[in-house]
Amino acid sequence: MIASFFTWLNDAYGLNFSIFYDAFDQARFLKGLWTTVYICLVSITASVVLGLLGVWVAGGRSRLGRLTVRIYVQFFRNTPPLVQLSFFYFAVGGLLPTIGDGAGAQVPLVGGTGWAIIALSLFAGAFNAEIFRAGIEAVPSTMVEAAESLGYTRFQSMVRIVLPLAFRICLPALNNNLVNLVKTTTLAYAIGVPELLYAASQIWSEVLNVREMMNVLLVAYVLLVAVLVWLMSRWERAMRIPGYAP
Amino acid sequence: MAGRHQLGDPVVVVRGVEKSFGPLTVLKDVGLTVRRGETVCIIGPSGSGKSTLLRCINALVPISKGSITVAGREVNDPALDKLALRRDVGIVFQQYNLFPHKTVLQNVMMAPIHVLKQDKAPVEERARRLLERVGLSAKLAAWPGELSGGQQQRVAIARSLAMNPKVMLFDEVTAALDPETKKEVLVTIQDLAADSMTCILVTHEMGFAREVADHVYFTDGGVIVEHGSPEALFGTPREERTKAFLDKVL
Amino acid sequence: MSDSRPVHILQGCGVTCATTDLPVLKPFRAPPIAPSGLAAPVVIGGAALTCVALLFGASLAHAQLGAATGRDGALAILLRWAPLIFQGFLFNILISFLAMALGTVVGVVAGIAQVSLAAPVRKSAWALTQFFRNAPWLVLLFYAMFLLPFEFRVLGLTIAFPAWVKAIIGLALPVAANVSEIVRGGITSIPSGQWESAESLAFSRRQTMWMIILPQAVKRMIPPWMNLYAILTMATTLISVVGIQDGLSITRGALIAESRPDLMIPMYLLLLMMFFAYCYPIARATLALERRFSVRA
Repeated sequence: MIASFFTWLNDAYGLNFSIFYDAFDQARFLKGLWTTVYICLVSITASVVLGLLGVWVAGGRSRLGRLTVRIYVQFFRNTPPLVQLSFFYFAVGGLLPTIGDGAGAQVPLVGGTGWAIIALSLFAGAFNAEIFRAGIEAVPSTMVEAAESLGYTRFQSMVRIVLPLAFRICLPALNNNLVNLVKTTTLAYAIGVPELLYAASQIWSEVLNVREMMNVLLVAYVLLVAVLVWLMSRWERAMRIPGYAP
Repeated sequence: MAGRHQLGDPVVVVRGVEKSFGPLTVLKDVGLTVRRGETVCIIGPSGSGKSTLLRCINALVPISKGSITVAGREVNDPALDKLALRRDVGIVFQQYNLFPHKTVLQNVMMAPIHVLKQDKAPVEERARRLLERVGLSAKLAAWPGELSGGQQQRVAIARSLAMNPKVMLFDEVTAALDPETKKEVLVTIQDLAADSMTCILVTHEMGFAREVADHVYFTDGGVIVEHGSPEALFGTPREERTKAFLDKVL
Repeated sequence: MSDSRPVHILQGCGVTCATTDLPVLKPFRAPPIAPSGLAAPVVIGGAALTCVALLFGASLAHAQLGAATGRDGALAILLRWAPLIFQGFLFNILISFLAMALGTVVGVVAGIAQVSLAAPVRKSAWALTQFFRNAPWLVLLFYAMFLLPFEFRVLGLTIAFPAWVKAIIGLALPVAANVSEIVRGGITSIPSGQWESAESLAFSRRQTMWMIILPQAVKRMIPPWMNLYAILTMATTLISVVGIQDGLSITRGALIAESRPDLMIPMYLLLLMMFFAYCYPIARATLALERRFSVRA
């Protein structure tokens, strides 16, 4: 039914939304969409883990550890993500060995998608480390004191008391950063990862419906972001504590 | 009024303690002894080091010089097992510091379960009894943000009691409360004292100190100026500074 | 750990300060960069730069040593290309200035429109802002590149639209949306008491906005605006994806021309260092400004 509507649209007005009526284009588009979602999911998880790790080391005893985290954060925040991605894919990836793919061809050890995930996770992880640190700092030190006086170790008080409160505090900024991450996945286009933008560009270079595909792309990303924001707001509501307003 | 029960052996012994934060000396040659079952009040002007002293006893703040012994353990010892110390010493702060993301009952149950690794059922039983004792059995499922200051403070007291401490420290616990709610907390502490809990209170409540304390210490500028039974200190203070302070507050 | 906490120092040193006795959460501001326990920020920036420089030098040395006789040393190649890469980098900076200027102008208008009393104006401004904020920058860039005509015919004049001008417009779109948000946030952060007292003094809404509210709000807008500029500068590398010559594409071209795989790391690090040396001071200045302006808030 949708297909017939868009076929009519194309015939009557020349607005060619081929992805809705052409099976091949649709498959390509959906595969691109899935690749984008996949990259988003893995990168979001990895960047949150990296951010937590960064915060743990940055608050720890090792001076070298603290310095490493600071340098990591400053470097990834103040250099262009596209150059970072290119660096990883071309420079580092170019130096890694290749392995046989069983069919006689040599395949790089880490593919484009892999490097995109690595680069994006490191990039977003740096921002997350800062966001988590600010959230943790906003938890009153008296709360930490109370936990300490009850006998909690540093790890226990961090996990059971500080982090739950810090998360609630930094949720808006974290939300913002994750939305940014979703948008930044488009950079993977530059290294040939078959994500949404790439799939769309392939379609429009064949079918020559640039205008329509652009609009579809814009709407698709806005929807993706909207889904993420909705999920985060559900989570925020679930974590709400009566009588406590950070 | 005070001293109605038997006092036992010294459980907290502070000797020659000095504490500096950089160039600033906050405690100078402080010494005091607290016996089991005794209620000790520390009074003095703001900034005289009272709260710092309490935190030194609980090993929240390391001391620069001297020795503090709690239940036979040397607090200043770098090899000190802090967990064992914190089991013996409970502290209640001025700002209650309840964990806002846990209910009242969970707040009281948390530390025995996570720190002492006790089983949930007996801990919950004990928590309920403690909350009943402080008069809050109707608020078990409430969140800290929904309680008044006095109620939160009583929960904080119950939370510290849940660890079964030998000594309870109170750091100006009623200073943040308005007069109506002050009383409910003071009554709770009075009951505790009557139950032979060893208590060290830093307080501005002179009336309370007079009524409930077995021994009162007056600090000023980081030193213990004078100490004695409440009748002696409040009735016939020896030092000039004590007299001046009491004139101001009473 | 407890030794250095200010709470104890204040309690012990005889200073009576205005404090509240209730548990207070410190205000949370989305951090550009916050200070660490380490020494001056210069140390950190310098340390980061040093580390990268060391990496750079090490990879360069490796490439140099690996150079077969007859081929140019890696350092020589790098020095040969560095000026060109730097020129490309400067082009990036130029694009960032122009896109920022254009985006700011449009964004300020949109931001003021977002607080307009006329509902259609307000709602459409809000919708446009949200739409362009949530779209990826690269997609918007593609949008501009593909859908803007390559020349404009108006009043008999033909205005050419070269690729880089389209790129500026493409980058200015998300900038405008973000500036609109910043402006709206700045305006709404001015206490309503200001509006009320202006109204009671018979100021018109336009007068209030331009003479009273905006001058105060501008100060609060500057740190996030600078932060946005840093993000934009880093985003200018996107124009290499749509085929415009910039620092990144020149670096790639150089690597292809030389076809020396061991040169890849040093060359990319060179470009990264250029961007770092430009963006890090901006980030620190942003932080300093934010702290200075927040004292009064």
